[in-house]
Amino acid sequence: MDFTAENYDVVVIGAGHAGIEAALASARIGCKTAVVTMNLDAIGNCPCNPSIGGTAKGNLVREIDALGGEIGKTADECFLQSRMLNIGKGPAVHSLRVQIDRSEYSRIMKHKLEMQKNLDIKQAEIIEIKKNESVWSLKTRLNTIYLAKCVVISTGTYLDGKIHVGEVSYSSGPDGMFPSDMLAKSLKKLGVIMRSFKTGTPARVLKSSINFSVLEEQFGDKKIVPFSYSNQNSDVSLQNKASCYIAYTNEATKRVILENIHRSPMYSGRIDGIGPRYCPSIEDKMVRFSDKERHQLFVEPCGLDTEEMYLQGMSSSLPEEVQIQFYRTIKGLENVKIMRPAYAIEYSCIDPTQLSVTLEFKDFDGLFGAGQFNGSSGYEEAAAQGFVAGVNAAKKAKGEEPFILDRASSYIGTLIDDLVSKGTNEPYRMMTSRSEYRLILRQDNADERLMPMGRALGLINDAEWDKFLSRLERKEREIKRAQSTVISPSKALNKTIVPRGTSAIETGTKLAELLKRPQLNYKVLAPFDPDRTENDEDILEKVETEIKYKGYIEKQKRQIEEMRRLECQIIPEKINYRKIIGLRLEAIEKLEKIRPRSLGQASRISGVNPADISVLMVWIAKIRRLGE
Amino acid sequence: MHTIVAISTALAPGGIGIVRLSGAESVNIVKKFFKSIDNQDLSEMKGYSAKLGKVFDGNEVVDQVIILFFRAPRSYTGENIVEISCHGGVYIAKKILSLALKNGAKLAEPGEFTKRAFLNGKIDLSKAESVANLISAHGEKANKLAISGLEGNINKKIKEIINFLTEIAANLSVWADYPEEDIPQFKENLLKKNLAEAKNKLLKISEKEKAIKALNEGLKISIVGRPNVGKSSLLNILTGYQRAIVSDIAGTTRDIVDGNTMIGEIPIKLFDTAGIRETSDSVEQIGVNMAKQNLHDTDIIFVLFDGSKKLTKEDIEVIKLVDKNKAIAIINKIDLGISIETEKIRKSFKKVVNISTIEELGIEKLKETVYDFVDMNSLNASEPFVTGQRQFEVVKRAISSIEETETAFNSGVTLDAVTVLVQNSIEILGEITGENVSEEIIDKIFSKFCVGK
Repeated sequence: MDFTAENYDVVVIGAGHAGIEAALASARIGCKTAVVTMNLDAIGNCPCNPSIGGTAKGNLVREIDALGGEIGKTADECFLQSRMLNIGKGPAVHSLRVQIDRSEYSRIMKHKLEMQKNLDIKQAEIIEIKKNESVWSLKTRLNTIYLAKCVVISTGTYLDGKIHVGEVSYSSGPDGMFPSDMLAKSLKKLGVIMRSFKTGTPARVLKSSINFSVLEEQFGDKKIVPFSYSNQNSDVSLQNKASCYIAYTNEATKRVILENIHRSPMYSGRIDGIGPRYCPSIEDKMVRFSDKERHQLFVEPCGLDTEEMYLQGMSSSLPEEVQIQFYRTIKGLENVKIMRPAYAIEYSCIDPTQLSVTLEFKDFDGLFGAGQFNGSSGYEEAAAQGFVAGVNAAKKAKGEEPFILDRASSYIGTLIDDLVSKGTNEPYRMMTSRSEYRLILRQDNADERLMPMGRALGLINDAEWDKFLSRLERKEREIKRAQSTVISPSKALNKTIVPRGTSAIETGTKLAELLKRPQLNYKVLAPFDPDRTENDEDILEKVETEIKYKGYIEKQKRQIEEMRRLECQIIPEKINYRKIIGLRLEAIEKLEKIRPRSLGQASRISGVNPADISVLMVWIAKIRRLGE
Repeated sequence: MHTIVAISTALAPGGIGIVRLSGAESVNIVKKFFKSIDNQDLSEMKGYSAKLGKVFDGNEVVDQVIILFFRAPRSYTGENIVEISCHGGVYIAKKILSLALKNGAKLAEPGEFTKRAFLNGKIDLSKAESVANLISAHGEKANKLAISGLEGNINKKIKEIINFLTEIAANLSVWADYPEEDIPQFKENLLKKNLAEAKNKLLKISEKEKAIKALNEGLKISIVGRPNVGKSSLLNILTGYQRAIVSDIAGTTRDIVDGNTMIGEIPIKLFDTAGIRETSDSVEQIGVNMAKQNLHDTDIIFVLFDGSKKLTKEDIEVIKLVDKNKAIAIINKIDLGISIETEKIRKSFKKVVNISTIEELGIEKLKETVYDFVDMNSLNASEPFVTGQRQFEVVKRAISSIEETETAFNSGVTLDAVTVLVQNSIEILGEITGENVSEEIIDKIFSKFCVGK
């Protein structure tokens, strides 16, 4: 007998990085929400690397934080070590990465869900999803039914999960969890087009079996910057608690791997799923870059109360005996003991072009997707989509306007636009090169870009908001001061600046003009700038960036304006492309598949050329005028 | 939307030429090369008003013009429109067009003014379809070109150039996206080398503009000289029939006489002008003035001399008059022996050809000189070339974008900004090939570097 247990506004399936953000955002917006997971102990699990952030991903975390998401705050709370990457390469590519205590991360996230008002947490496996009139019906393995106006699917690698190690393969979720097979079947029955991706993870090994004395130690930054804006200039003080270590493969490693390559399921053809190029297994690296003498790996701590160490860069699907053999060829790992062997996992996901920019299925009203389910990879990418899907599911349930981030607003917007407009042929990872506006989408100004939106969503509290306004005000004040303060020429000044490769000054020069020179900065000019009252390094850094890169930033702003003009031309949902005179057949087919929301999105679809956009533009104007 | 510009009068010599700009930036763009007589700021002009002033190319006056300003939304397109009425003929209008392009305007697509008028609600609904047809017809034409392979070739060439740039971009991106990987250091030399290589190849393409334009639009050649040096005879020889009346009475040709011919594949329009001299005959004087005016509009000027006589005052006057950059000096009547001061002529002109219209000597050499003049030999059959002015514009924009990148790099700007500039250059070239820039770069990263955890 089926039993209808509860009626929700929003139900989130899965409580990984996407599901957590979706559930919290929805509940916080005021919707009656439930998050369903197959195992409560796997909430916020990090089945791969024990770190959050990194290049471009760090920007995503900052952005989610600015909007009122949870990933940044939690990363700060279980902080082990952090590094601001790319210092010296320019502010556009600075990126924060934090090593975290993974079990603590999971525990904290679970507790946050438990404490959240409007949110129920259910341990259950959803085995059937269907729509009864306007309500979604979700059935658990115990025949319990939950009803929901909107559903967010964020099933990660659980959906139809299959683990491969050497010649062995079996149905399984990550980290020894059960897979979710029946839901995959039910989705297919519903008409969702599914496909298969794969990913992999390296072995976890016993700390005491490693000879660290021959490895290179990697410390955290001396100056620690928290991820969350709410932890900046606060009492929260973060300290490095653990180190990472660097090791290298060698000729022997390569020999072992190449001799056994036929035993890899990737090479024997037993895995059909497409793996990510940016996450190659060690056997992939050895085969594709066979002339490379050595490959680097990082030995990373998984937490403070565990002896497990993660071997970043060494993922593999070779048999366990081969794994032991090749790990032990590495200097420092001669006696290493594997605790969890490396494995590859194949899972079902969707072609994300079935989604609109709100992450709702175009063909299934009220059904949303997020995270690996949408064909992405990475905790941060998942969290970003989870947040957007959760907000939109809640908005939809409340009958409110959708929440859309465009490419120029954020890496989140770029990620979603790439997924739904261009699709992806491999698990999608965010990279700085994916954003054409990266001088503007910096990790240091995510608050300026997005916090007003987070505030409008009701997800930024008064304290966070006041702090933001004060930062903004201090920044503006310092910019004005830099633009009006005149630095007088002096021997001492010229003696300082000339050796740095810039010309001497002979007349009084505005501080802002000096800061514009690539060779100079606030630090160097400090002795000659006695009126400075702003001492917050973050604010000075921001001001310096805005002054130094003004020309480039303005250029990007112009490009953004241009882009947004097309972005706000909405294409009517019921458009019949075949009736539009002048559209080419190829364009018609692509447009019918992607169903872009705006002309801007249409212009980014491959196979749609500028003449097609022009024709479409004229057509939209015509329809609009006919309607008036 | 971008501010667009086009010459809106026919591309033929006429009384007046109009260059039209439409878009938010039109006033700001025109301000950069126009100074009004009363020094008023153009931005303060009222709609539906006119202003007299001069167009400058740097410090050099191009023409005295009248500016008409239509303020948005009360204009044809509904945007700010500036119309520049200049003195007749193609040369000045084209010059003004190029100044507008240089200062940030974009060349209008076919039908684009009308399209904007429609989008801004300025013209009737019934026109919508015809606009769509116009746009797609343009697309069709491009498609046909693509099918013919003409564009396919240049695409290949542009892709080669893009390759130099994506190599830089991929190296820079991998350096930014994988800071901790064991990859080779970013090589500044690679950046310098590839930027230079890409720029050179683009310059080579843009050098062909002269020749392509000559092939597409033909060349206008004026024949000038003092009376009775054989201008009309030369016209007749080149056109192959008695187009102009020839007599040994100085001042026979008073109007401008034109004739059509081909030099190789180049269509040529020849203008035989009145002999330039001080004259008391008022009709002839009008002809002389027209001859002087005509010189502005032509691509090449044949400056004809009588080789059998010493240089006269009038010859010197003619030498002063012509723009040496587009002049070819022709010493005629060499069958009568050479008495003219050849050295003096060689000093004034880059190209000098000896001919005899009577004996028909040196005519082939003259044709070759015209050929060289527009670098026809740069069009090597095995080397693809771009064919449209739009593509030349893209190439020029790409060149200046690469130059901007070089300047930024050399002045020590951090590499994140340099990366964005490189990517911009690729995007510009992508307007020709239709490539997706970021995918290209990412593909390159993973084919070249062993990165990833």
